Amino acid sequence: MDILGYQRENGTFGIRNYLLVIPASVCAVEVANRIAEKVGAVSLPHQHGCCQMGADFRQTMRTLTGFGKNPNVGAVLVVGLGCEGIQSGEIVDEIQKTGKPVEAITIQEWGGTTKTVAKGISIAQELVKKLSAVRRTPFSVCHLILGMECGGSDPTSGIVANPAIGIASDRLVACGGSSILSETTEVIGAEHILAERFPDLKEREKFLTMVAAVEKRALAAGEDLRGSQPTPGNIQGGLSTIEEKSLGCMHKAGDTAPFLGALAYGEEVPPEKPGLYFMDSPGQDIDSITGMVAGGAQLVVFTTGRGTPTGCPIVPVIKITGNPETYQNMEENIDINGGKVILGECTLEELGAEIFEKMIAVTNGEDTKAEKLGHREFGIYRIGFTF
Amino acid sequence: MNAILKIHEKDNVGTCLRLVNAHEILDLGGMKLEAKESIPQYHKIALTDILPHHPIIKYGQRIGLATKEIRQGSHVHIHNIESTRGRGDKKEGY
Repeated sequence: MDILGYQRENGTFGIRNYLLVIPASVCAVEVANRIAEKVGAVSLPHQHGCCQMGADFRQTMRTLTGFGKNPNVGAVLVVGLGCEGIQSGEIVDEIQKTGKPVEAITIQEWGGTTKTVAKGISIAQELVKKLSAVRRTPFSVCHLILGMECGGSDPTSGIVANPAIGIASDRLVACGGSSILSETTEVIGAEHILAERFPDLKEREKFLTMVAAVEKRALAAGEDLRGSQPTPGNIQGGLSTIEEKSLGCMHKAGDTAPFLGALAYGEEVPPEKPGLYFMDSPGQDIDSITGMVAGGAQLVVFTTGRGTPTGCPIVPVIKITGNPETYQNMEENIDINGGKVILGECTLEELGAEIFEKMIAVTNGEDTKAEKLGHREFGIYRIGFTF
Repeated sequence: MNAILKIHEKDNVGTCLRLVNAHEILDLGGMKLEAKESIPQYHKIALTDILPHHPIIKYGQRIGLATKEIRQGSHVHIHNIESTRGRGDKKEGY
């Protein structure tokens, strides 16, 4: 299999070559956006980075640094206000471990918006020059990490689109690559089946604890989980319970590869041990994709029954629907029409092969529809309060 | 194309691959089934009579419990089945 990517200083490979401007906190977002826009870089608009504590603080930090470390990013400029909880210097130190160029600038130090934007643009222009010198070279599939997501699900997701992704994921892992199943909420009701696929009992226990923790949160709130899951769109489409949704969602993980581990949200997929992993993330699509990308995924496949437009700032997102009507309705946003299986025009195996081929083409530079439309949604999974 | 998809042999519900009309006679691998009511595309139809509090089976797994008696050929959805997971609104031991 011939795949091409941008080799990074630490031996990883990106399939895109972004300059990423990271605002350390919400206070630096506007300045970061203006710098990124001027030089053709991408920014990460978010609402966090200050007055957080404990595990919640660490998770936000891990997500921001994970985006900087992702191999699709060739260079980074961190923009801080100066006084916020997440300090630019700490982000820089962590990302610098990859060896890629990282610079930082703070608004309070440079004396306000205008001066910081001007200084940021001149730093960013230098970084862009460095990046434009990098060329695509062949790399081994063992460096490729796929994130798998489903959102706006309907019954066709569980019957067609998710099993087809499962076929592609199994094939990627069999070739030596890595794949991540996420969305802990959408494991409730299917955990007994997935747990059996963790050969390592410690990792199996970790996985089951993650699922139990999410359910406990709903129970502790004294609320019916059905207030949020399945969503109104899921229900309108014909999904009745979280168990039904989960039993469809789990097919994304295919059925041959074992789970090598259960990762925390945004935790790095171990580079020395490629394979299938589970990541603890919410059922909300944007937060979930963000976690997998922070963990190193360079590519995402996303199934949707109802149709959804969302993408990611630094990673191509390939959309697949199993619903032929949805494909007709939202063809602008959806890359692959899996509705052909429902209509009896192709088999699940053929659809799985089509998804795999699309993954290779996108890895080699083909734009996804979300990329063409400029979709760059980003969201950090918060697990605590803002004080 | 069959109108009804039964995923697993143990399933007591099937998925309607198209809109099913009331009183339509459906074929499910040689078994005849009359739709008791109109059922939207991709929604579920009861393949057998299901008693209250009995499990609803899809993918060969339990997806919830019947909240009332469900007759064969009826629409199966949130009006007659419910989840048993993440139910903070129910007393412990449910």
